[in-house]
Amino acid sequence: MAEARAPAYDSSSWFGRTLNWIDDRFPMTVLWKTQVAEYYAPKTMNFWYFFGSLALLALVIQIVTGIFLTMHYKPDASIAFASVEYIMREVPWGWLIRYMHSTGASAFFIVVYLHMFRALLYGSYRKPRELTWIFGCLIFLALMAEAFFGYLLPWGQMSYWGAQVIVNLFGAIPFIGEDLAIWIRGDYVISDATLNRFFAMHVIAIPLVLVGLILAHLIALHETGSNNPQGIEIKKHKDANGVPLDGIPFHPYYTVKDIFGAMVFLLVFAIIMFFAPEMGGYFLEYNNFIPADPLKTPPHIAPVWYFTPYYSILRATTDSIMPVMAVAVAALAVMTILRVRSARWKGAVALGALVVIAGFFALDAKVWGVVLMGASVLVFFAMPWLDQAPVKSIRYRGPLYKTALTLFVVAFVVLGYLGVLAPTPGRTLVAQVGMFVYFAFFLLMPWYSRWDSHKPVPERVSK
Amino acid sequence: MTIEKITRALCVPLALAALVLPAPARGAEADVKLERVEIDLADLPSLQSGARTYVNLCLGCHAAGLVRYNTLLQLGLTEQQVKDNLMFTTDKIGDYMRTAMQPADAREWFGVAPPDLSVAARSRGADWLYTYLRGFYRDPATLTGWNNTVFPNVGMPNVMWHLQGERIRKEEPVMRDGKEVGDGHGGVLKKVSFETVRPGTQTQDEFERTVRDLVNFMVWMGEPVQLKRKQLGLSCSSRSAS
Repeated sequence: MAEARAPAYDSSSWFGRTLNWIDDRFPMTVLWKTQVAEYYAPKTMNFWYFFGSLALLALVIQIVTGIFLTMHYKPDASIAFASVEYIMREVPWGWLIRYMHSTGASAFFIVVYLHMFRALLYGSYRKPRELTWIFGCLIFLALMAEAFFGYLLPWGQMSYWGAQVIVNLFGAIPFIGEDLAIWIRGDYVISDATLNRFFAMHVIAIPLVLVGLILAHLIALHETGSNNPQGIEIKKHKDANGVPLDGIPFHPYYTVKDIFGAMVFLLVFAIIMFFAPEMGGYFLEYNNFIPADPLKTPPHIAPVWYFTPYYSILRATTDSIMPVMAVAVAALAVMTILRVRSARWKGAVALGALVVIAGFFALDAKVWGVVLMGASVLVFFAMPWLDQAPVKSIRYRGPLYKTALTLFVVAFVVLGYLGVLAPTPGRTLVAQVGMFVYFAFFLLMPWYSRWDSHKPVPERVSK
Repeated sequence: MTIEKITRALCVPLALAALVLPAPARGAEADVKLERVEIDLADLPSLQSGARTYVNLCLGCHAAGLVRYNTLLQLGLTEQQVKDNLMFTTDKIGDYMRTAMQPADAREWFGVAPPDLSVAARSRGADWLYTYLRGFYRDPATLTGWNNTVFPNVGMPNVMWHLQGERIRKEEPVMRDGKEVGDGHGGVLKKVSFETVRPGTQTQDEFERTVRDLVNFMVWMGEPVQLKRKQLGLSCSSRSAS
């Protein structure tokens, strides 16, 4: 039993006595107060702050619909495709549950991308929220894994060949690649064994990791408190009771705001789900209505839209751009050597750059495509340390960061669009430019964020 | 402040732009301009006529193995009507629409087993089916004696030849001022035309309607719930808006 504390509720009613009984054994009231009713969030959180709660809503939709789909879906290569159509045709309301799940997958990524963009706008990844950001990046990785494993389950042509392409990427790793790919597949090709293990990963392993990471993400967030559009720490100015002067209780102020966001989200969600669940072939790919055929490689294999920016980077890494990349890495190394003070670091950077540049010409471009695709996701982890600006929010940043962020968003969208299309020499060239812009946003940030001009940040938040 | 506001304002237009983005590629064998076909899933006579064409001309080779015969009751037919007119491969109305053809035989006869067509309309699209089914012509060079404009060297013969008649493909050099015109690749620009050498039992208009009804049926069969889905969506969004 917890140490003696004054009962919070009126013990004359049975309800009050029950709540007191629980509080003596579980910190229900304390949690409610510290995490919700007396969790003070900045009063200026705007439109961009909808997407965290919406991501949680998307997760709930995916888990609840996923549970019902699992009741009817068969993870068996000979009947998986038919079992999905059985859900669509014969399970009462099965089509609705399935479309909620397929629409929910894309909605989850849209919401998460906007949530991440908010962090780039307002510097939410900066000190003291580095761990919130890192947990968030891990959530993003887990989400990608979840989507990848889940996409195999309908066992259509795109399911099958998409998985084949991605697992083969691991085969490109020198020395261990082939064995690693066989270990992942459980077979020499994508097969029933692969389908069964991907099912296990999709319905239990990754969701468990995801939920744990989301909890950690929220715990870290509630430790530091939310950022705001001005990037001002509201905890610097508190009243006599220790309440931030520019904070308002999360409940009821932000619960009501988030409920409004959820309603708008659900309305858009319902419109897509009822009227355009295929979303013109982007949410449900047309070729995935052809059952998987291991003997028939489709002429054009495209991942679902949310993976296409990274897929574009993979495809854009060709032999012909290796010299350009070598020059870029050399330039970056020279800039870093001029910047760091310790001689040991200078040596390490020079050596690292030489190894990488040698690797560009020694190893197959395909290997580097895989490396760059991985790097394009992992580089987000480094954001809190790459950004050297004295201010967090875009409102007080100068033209350099604003330009860089705009170019990055354009590059991301263009890469995503090109990833849907079959490659042509012209498109590959555009994708290569896009890839350089993408990486330049991150890797040049230590310089441009410092050179940039900055406006003074006010002490207190305002509109 | 501008980037926040611009991107915020762009959220909705970008989402709408996704709706009008060119659709990703469907599986296609040839780069042919497809003819548009009008789909109307509320047109029950058309769907019934399509169902009849399907079971008479398609089901011999192409199963619709994910569809049960009793699904056809949704087309405004009674159980007896379905049994008398549309069920030739089974006597149980709850059975799937299977084909009697053995895959091994099919491979021997056509070089490839005819695919199940339950969801063909969702992968190919209505326009492709409509253009393909009308795109057969006589070609003595192929195994079956037929070829197709949309799917060159397809293993399938023209099963509707008695309706459509027989056509041959003709290539004539394009003449301009009495001279042949180059195609830009070292060859000669040719004009492709089709000539009916033996008429079918249907006029061209009748045949177009037959194929349109069949495609309409196949679109319905690909997702029998789709009309209900949209109606439910209408009542759902109108109720939440009011």
